[in-house]
Amino acid sequence: MWKAMLGEAWLAMGANRLRSILTMLGMVIGVGAVVIMLAIGQGAQYAVQQSISTMGANLFILLSGSFTTAGVRSGSSGAPTLNVGDAEAISELEGVANVAPTHQGTRQLVYGAQNWSATVVGTTPPYLEARAWTIASGAAFGDSDVRSATRVALIGKTVAENLFADDDPVGKTMRIQQNPFTVVGVLGSKGQSFDGRDQDDTVIIPLSTAQRKVFGTPFLGSVRMIMVQAASADEMATVEKNVEALLRQRHRLREGMPNDFFSRNLSAVAESEAETTRTMSILLGAIASISLIVGGIGIMNIMLVSVTERTREIGIRMAIGARQKDILTQFLLEAVMISFAGCLIGLLIGLAVALGINFFTGMVVVISGSAALIAFVVAATVGIFFGWYPARKAARLDPIEALRYQ
Amino acid sequence: MSEAVIRVVGLGKSYATAAGLFPALRGVDLTIQAGEYIAIMGPSGSGKSTFMNLLGCLDTPSVGDYFLAGERVAEMDKDALAQLRNRTLGFVFQGFNLLPRMTLQDNVALPLVYAGKDKDSRRAAARRMLDKVGLAAYAESLPSRISGGQQQRVAIARALVNQPRLILADEPTGNLDSHTSEEIMRLFGELNAEGITIVLVTHEPDIAAHARRQVRFLDGRLVSDQFTDACGDAAVGTLPESSLEGGAR
Repeated sequence: MWKAMLGEAWLAMGANRLRSILTMLGMVIGVGAVVIMLAIGQGAQYAVQQSISTMGANLFILLSGSFTTAGVRSGSSGAPTLNVGDAEAISELEGVANVAPTHQGTRQLVYGAQNWSATVVGTTPPYLEARAWTIASGAAFGDSDVRSATRVALIGKTVAENLFADDDPVGKTMRIQQNPFTVVGVLGSKGQSFDGRDQDDTVIIPLSTAQRKVFGTPFLGSVRMIMVQAASADEMATVEKNVEALLRQRHRLREGMPNDFFSRNLSAVAESEAETTRTMSILLGAIASISLIVGGIGIMNIMLVSVTERTREIGIRMAIGARQKDILTQFLLEAVMISFAGCLIGLLIGLAVALGINFFTGMVVVISGSAALIAFVVAATVGIFFGWYPARKAARLDPIEALRYQ
Repeated sequence: MSEAVIRVVGLGKSYATAAGLFPALRGVDLTIQAGEYIAIMGPSGSGKSTFMNLLGCLDTPSVGDYFLAGERVAEMDKDALAQLRNRTLGFVFQGFNLLPRMTLQDNVALPLVYAGKDKDSRRAAARRMLDKVGLAAYAESLPSRISGGQQQRVAIARALVNQPRLILADEPTGNLDSHTSEEIMRLFGELNAEGITIVLVTHEPDIAAHARRQVRFLDGRLVSDQFTDACGDAAVGTLPESSLEGGAR
């Protein structure tokens, strides 16, 4: 029975080929648009997530406070209010995954006849984990290097390329501020940060070495910045609050006195960006679905014409024993078949265009099985929804009237 | 032949028109026994088409009772009526009414699709019926490839495919020349000889003459009922001859 009806639906579609194809076109465009928009939207989301993960997740930084001399305010991290002791105390707090006191600045690097200026970060080993740095070759320095202030350095990819060119940097000696440093490792590449800085243009050295040999500091042990990573996104707020309370206590700040440090949440920026892309991709999908609805209305339109055209056929079928259900099924099947065929073609075209966009513009596109599945379910739903009314109209025809129809 | 295939009692049908309720059929009583061959005659507007639609379970009566093979049709729902049309009776129309996009075999097999038969038995039955009407050679052709008389024979095959007890033919020769009409009537005669009850609507007296019983309609009433059996012209006419002539065109 079903097979016979499917065969008839196929026959009916073939009988009016151009019309069927034009009707399908609405679905093709609709589904194609949804697939492309979803691919681009999810691609954008993926790109944002990638850059969030290169920055390190669930991070916030503490900057030491400002000071005022003769009315001139220094800006944040002007005053040496944070120190290594603060960092150690914070790492004892619950929900804190990594704490890294850092001191950074731009310095000139020299190797042989080459020189290059890069960001030099003096820090402790947890920094690598907090910022999700990987080691491409060589090895990271350890806590003992920090304790004994050895002159070792990890260099980013950009530094390696500019300073060492084709040489293998590991084991080589370069100079920072006249001080020789042994390169112990090359960092894995992270690419651009959110604000467009090259994250690979970095040298990481032990904090103690940085303070003594590179930057110099009036108060040994004080740091400009402490990077704190919470164990999870949910714990961010609690950790931030606890850290603030702890530092106020350690810095002996009385009730009513302002903080002598600043706290900046890095993930918030990233997450708002992620949120924006998410909203964007939902919006794109929604706009694309409108064309699906338009396609569905096209199907309804043609099915209504088809029912009118085939009124006599419906009458004949009823006269030889078709029940209302049979007529309903027949027309519904035709509508669903058109919308399915349109969906299939739309899916293929959508995928081809998405891949084409990726190929020609390099834009990240993500093609997911769930998007294809959604498109299919939507197509079937559209077919049934918009096919229902014409099919019901056909099924409810009066057999005598239908037989008389010319 | 004791069982009545069709029994109608006080059958009436009214249609709502702009001028009010129009009675197309006003109380018809008729009993048709199994195996009868009956022609229904009358001018247009006499109610014979309305009567045929009611007999064919395409329509339900306003008043009166209709028993088809002992079942009371008036109270049935649309699905039950569809089932009667599918299994108990077969239609033959004036305009053949074959589906133009289907092969003759598929046309003949169509009632079996609605009867829920599987593909193999549909095909076998359709072949058998086409063979019966002498058109097996054209099984895979489209209706447009054969003549009107042949199309009507295919339509008869379609009416027969579900082995109904009753064939309702509405002006089956109306679109055919006299020679092909004779062929079709011969086919009906053969079917009747096999025991199938045939009800024929026609306004041509020479076509009606093939039947063994003629009933005449006028203004929604049954006005004459005549048997022309081999045993003699036993007329049971209830109206004068002149009024009957007015009905025949």
